This record gives sequence, C-alpha cells and structure tokens, in this order.
Amino acid sequence: MYEFSVLLVDDEKEFLDTLLKRLQKRKIKATGVGSGEEALKILEESPTDLVVLDVRMQGMDGIKTLREIKKIRPLVEVIMLTGHANVEVAVEGMEVGAFDYLMKPTDVDELLYKLEDAYKRKKIQEQKIKRLEEEKNTE
Amino acid sequence: MKRRLYANLQRKIIFVTLLVSFIPLIFLSVTIYYQFAQMFKGKIEEQISYRARVQSNSIELFLKERTAILLAMADAYTFDYLSDKNNLEKIFRIMNNRVGGFIDLGLIDSSGKHVTYIGPYKLLNVNYYSEPWFHEVESKGVYVSDVFMGYRRVPHFIIALQRQETNKSWILRATIDSDVFETLVRTAQVGKTGDAFIVNKAGFYQTRMRFGNEILSKSNLNPTIFGEGTTVQEKMNAEGRKILYAGRWLKNNNWLLVISQDATEEMTRLFKTKQMEIIIVTAGCLMIIFTTIFTTRMTIRRLENSDRKMNELNAQLVHSDKLAALGKMAAGVAHEINNPLAVIAEKTGWMEDLLTEEEFQNSQNLGEYKKSLHKIEEHVERARKVIHGMLGFARRMEPHLEDVDINKVINETISFLESYARTNNISIIYDSNPDLPIIASDHSQIQQVFLNLLTNAVDAIGKDGTINISSKRHDLEISVIVKDNGQGIPKEYQSRIFEPFFTTKKSGKGTGLGLSVSYNIVRNMGGTITLESEEGKGTIFTVKLPVVVPEKK
Repeated sequence: MYEFSVLLVDDEKEFLDTLLKRLQKRKIKATGVGSGEEALKILEESPTDLVVLDVRMQGMDGIKTLREIKKIRPLVEVIMLTGHANVEVAVEGMEVGAFDYLMKPTDVDELLYKLEDAYKRKKIQEQKIKRLEEEKNTE
Repeated sequence: MKRRLYANLQRKIIFVTLLVSFIPLIFLSVTIYYQFAQMFKGKIEEQISYRARVQSNSIELFLKERTAILLAMADAYTFDYLSDKNNLEKIFRIMNNRVGGFIDLGLIDSSGKHVTYIGPYKLLNVNYYSEPWFHEVESKGVYVSDVFMGYRRVPHFIIALQRQETNKSWILRATIDSDVFETLVRTAQVGKTGDAFIVNKAGFYQTRMRFGNEILSKSNLNPTIFGEGTTVQEKMNAEGRKILYAGRWLKNNNWLLVISQDATEEMTRLFKTKQMEIIIVTAGCLMIIFTTIFTTRMTIRRLENSDRKMNELNAQLVHSDKLAALGKMAAGVAHEINNPLAVIAEKTGWMEDLLTEEEFQNSQNLGEYKKSLHKIEEHVERARKVIHGMLGFARRMEPHLEDVDINKVINETISFLESYARTNNISIIYDSNPDLPIIASDHSQIQQVFLNLLTNAVDAIGKDGTINISSKRHDLEISVIVKDNGQGIPKEYQSRIFEPFFTTKKSGKGTGLGLSVSYNIVRNMGGTITLESEEGKGTIFTVKLPVVVPEKK
C-alpha cells in the first residue's frame, strides 16, 4: 500500500486509462486527466503528491503545464513522460524543476521506482520546511 | 565546363600580360637599336669624310709645293740661262733636293720644241705643239695636267708654266713621279679593304686602286654625284657588299679624291651589338613568358582550389540542411509510431497484471498467454530499438547506464552484418574474451559505435577480405581493436576522418556522420577512439572504454 497520490496527465486516452488501471491495481491512489488545463484545475482543488506529465500534448504542452504546476504547487514532484523524439524537451523540463523523466513505452515497475523516489524527496522537502517553521515559531 | 572557364581565363591573363610586357620591350629595343645604328653609321661617315678632307689637304699641298718651286725657278731665271743643259740640271737637282718627286724637267720654246731636257727619257727636240696641254699652258699660264700617256707611253702627269720674255714666251715643264704621288694618295687606305684613289672629272682613274684597275681606265663611279666639299655616298659593289665612298674635289675641281671603305666590315661591330641585343631581348621575353605562365597558373590553381572548397562547403551546407529536414521528419514519424507502441506496451502490461488474478491461475492456457504477452513485450522493445537505431538519436541522448557485456555487443553487431559480409566473401572473426568485465554503459550507443566501425571496414574491403576483432582488458579500461585488410585511408584524410560530414564514400552512400557520431559517443563515455592506417594495406581502429563497475541493484 502506497501512501502517496498520483495525477497522470496524458492526451492519449488509451494509454492513460491503461496506465491508471495498472497503477490502481498496485494500490496507488491515481487519477488521470487528458490535458494540462484539467490537471491544473484538479491541483488547485485537491492536494496531490506527484504528477506524471506527458511532454507532448494537444493544447497546453508539458513544459508549460509544468511551469504552472510549479507556480501553484511548488512542492509537487513531477515526472516527465516522453517519446524518443523529444528527450531534449524532457531535459529542459528537468531544468524547470521536474524530478526525472521516463521514456515511453514505460516499464511500470520503473515508473513505480521513480514515483517512490520522488515521493521520498517530497517528504524530505516538507520536513525541512516544517523544521524551519518550527524554528521560526520558537524564536 | 568549369575547367574550360579556368583555362580560358588563364589564356586571357597570359595573353594580356605578355602583350603589355612585350610591346614596350620590343618597341624600346628596336628604337634603341635604330638610334644606335644611326649614330654608328654617322660616326663611320664622319670618320671617312674626315680622312678624305685631311688627305685632300695633303695632296693639294703636295701639288702646291711642286708648282711653287717650279714657279720660283721660272721667276728666277731666263730662257737663255735655262737652255744651258748644265744650268737646268743644277736646277733639277735643287728642286729634287728641296721637295722631291720630279722625274724630269724640260724647257720648251714658243714653237713647242723641247729645247733642253733633263730626265731618263729621250725627249729632247720633241715638238709638243700638237699636244693638248701645250695650249692649256698658253691660255692659263700655270697648268697641272691629268694623268696621260704622252710620248713616253707611261702614265704620268706634268706641271707646266709659261713665262714671257720681251719678245718670246717659253714653257718650263716638270713630270711628277707617279709612284711618289700614288704612295701619298694611298696613305689614306685603311682596314683590310679600304681604298684611296683619284679620278678625274670624266671618271678616269688617275692613280691605281688597291685592288685591280688599270690606270687611266674608266671608273664605274660617277663623279657627278659628289658635290661641294666632302660628300659621302653609299653604293653596292658587284659582290653585293655595301661600300662607303667619301669624295672631295681637288685641283680646282678637276680631280676627285675618293676614299672608300667596306661598310660591312665596319658594320660587323654593329652586327655583333645587334646579335647581343637580340639574345638579351629573347632571354628577357622567355623569362617573361615563363614567369607569366608560372604565376598565372599558380593564381588560377589557387582560385580553383578556393572555388572548389567553397563548393564543397556549399554542398556540405545543403547536405546538413537535408539531414536536418530528414531529422525533423523522422522525429515526427517516431512520435507517431511511439505513441501506439506505448499503448500496446501498457495494454500488454495490464494483461500481464490481470493474469496474476486467481481466476486465471487455473486456466489451462495460462502459460501460453504469459508466453505470448512476453513475446509482444519483446517485440515492442525491438520496435523501439529500431526507432532508436533508425533515428540515430542515441548520440544526442544522455547515455543511460545499464549492464553492458562488450562480448555480447560485438557478437550482436557482427550478426547484423553477417549475411552481407558472407555474400561479399568477407569473414569477420571475433573470439569472445572471457576476461572482459560487465561494465555500466549504454548498450545501444556502444553497439552503434561498433556497427559504424564494422560497416566502414566492410565498405573499405568491398569484396574478399578479413576483419579481425580482438579485445583486451587492462586495469582501468577495455580496448577493442577492429582491423581490416581493406584499401586503407590516405594520409591526408586521416586527420579529418572524425570530422562531421567528412566522407570518402560516393555522395548518397555515406552521411559522413558515422565516425563522428562514434567519436562523440566514445568521448562522452570517457574513452578514446584512434586509428592507424596504411594505404593499400588496411586500417586499424582502436576503441578504449573505461571500466565502470555497475551499481549493485
């Protein structure tokens, strides 16, 4: 049982649904949306720990979505998904603040490892912030 | 086409350069030669006319002296005194002692009779009344004759003068020694062929020439062409040689002193100068021709070279543009294929997930399902690799580390080329080396490197040959040597072989990227790639890769 929640963003519906099912089967709280705009709406409403974001999408593309996510939820960790043709974009995404990237087709287990690592980092970040706030309060 | 353009340009440049350098040179040399020749000729003419002047003066002096002494004698003595043979002989002696050149001396009375005579001929009592000179003397008083034969039948000339005494006139006459006179005239002869002689008004020789001519024979020289003072004339003689004549009138314009000189003889010096000048000008022209041709050729060749380089550069630009367009297209295609591939992979994964559910465990065909799904996954992976290989994007990607068995990579790569190599009778030999460790590296990138090296080796051989691959483990690195016995790489290409877009293959056959991509891959991994090659013998590529021990999972 995993304690983190994941938001999948991909405009390829078949891919999205199947990956969602596979993650859910592995007891992960996963939801999926088909566009960057929808993803931002959801993130504003409810806290989500991790986002798996396709780089190439109709409408708002991956990098733009990533920037917006980092604006409204800086602590959310994002893993980029990319085809071969745009590894450079994925690398750019990492510069903007993505945790890592994965190439499609993905191995679900690999995705799981990355998700775990990303969640670990998120927790560490949160703890740091908490500690800083406590220090501030005690002062 | 281009070649003809250059040849044309070269011809034009050479032509114009030669024209502008030859015309002034030839013009200058001709002018200088002409001026020099004029000056030289003028000098010769001046010289010869000077000689004629000097010589005529001395001849005039000779005649004047003799006339003067004869006059003195006639003035001093009377007819009676002179008609005494002893007295006349005394005077004759005095005259010969003082000035010389007299052969005989005679006294003639008014009837023309030779009254007294001193000399070697028997001329006493000869009557001169009918001789033409007798009347000349009577009319002029003093007379110097032309050369004539007279009674003695020997060419000679005389000086005669008439004196009046109260009731009679008499004539004193002396003959000049023609040998002495001729010797005097001839002192003006110079050189091997130069001559000096005298002709009279009618053109008869008065003295002997140096070569030939009878005295008193008619000269073929027309005296009327010689004018006042000293005149220089140029004539061709019978042998076709150019002769210069300087003429000066003597003796009240009765005699013409002629000094001749072979112009050709004098002109040999000029001729030598001319020859020298021709040699110098010719040598200069040759030098100009050679330098012009040489420098023009060099310039044209440089131009051609830079032009060709420019064309190559343009071709490379076009080529890289083409590649870029191709790359863009390929990227689009890749994405389009990759997405369905991803869906297939996910669906397969999902099915595998589902197979773990209990309801399927008892199914008879569970094994078959699992196997099939696994196969699908394998083939999805294969398709993914094809896209990888096809696009060659591996080189742009960060190497992603995995466990790589170099032996396996090499053997796989050989298997790609095996059938092609076999049909061309090329054997690729590799004995797997059990010492090689598993390293952390990028499998597909390393494969690409070996694929490029082997493809090049196969291309270099063409048909019938051997490619030997060997590998070795050192402490910190693995080296793989790929050796072929193909045509080798020319020395001048060896330094450029790793440059992008450099290829020796026919256009369209090779992108010129293979080795440069390989070089970059190996360098990114921290390794090196080097070559040794000898034309005609073959090429050895050595790839060295660092040993990176994979992390334990």
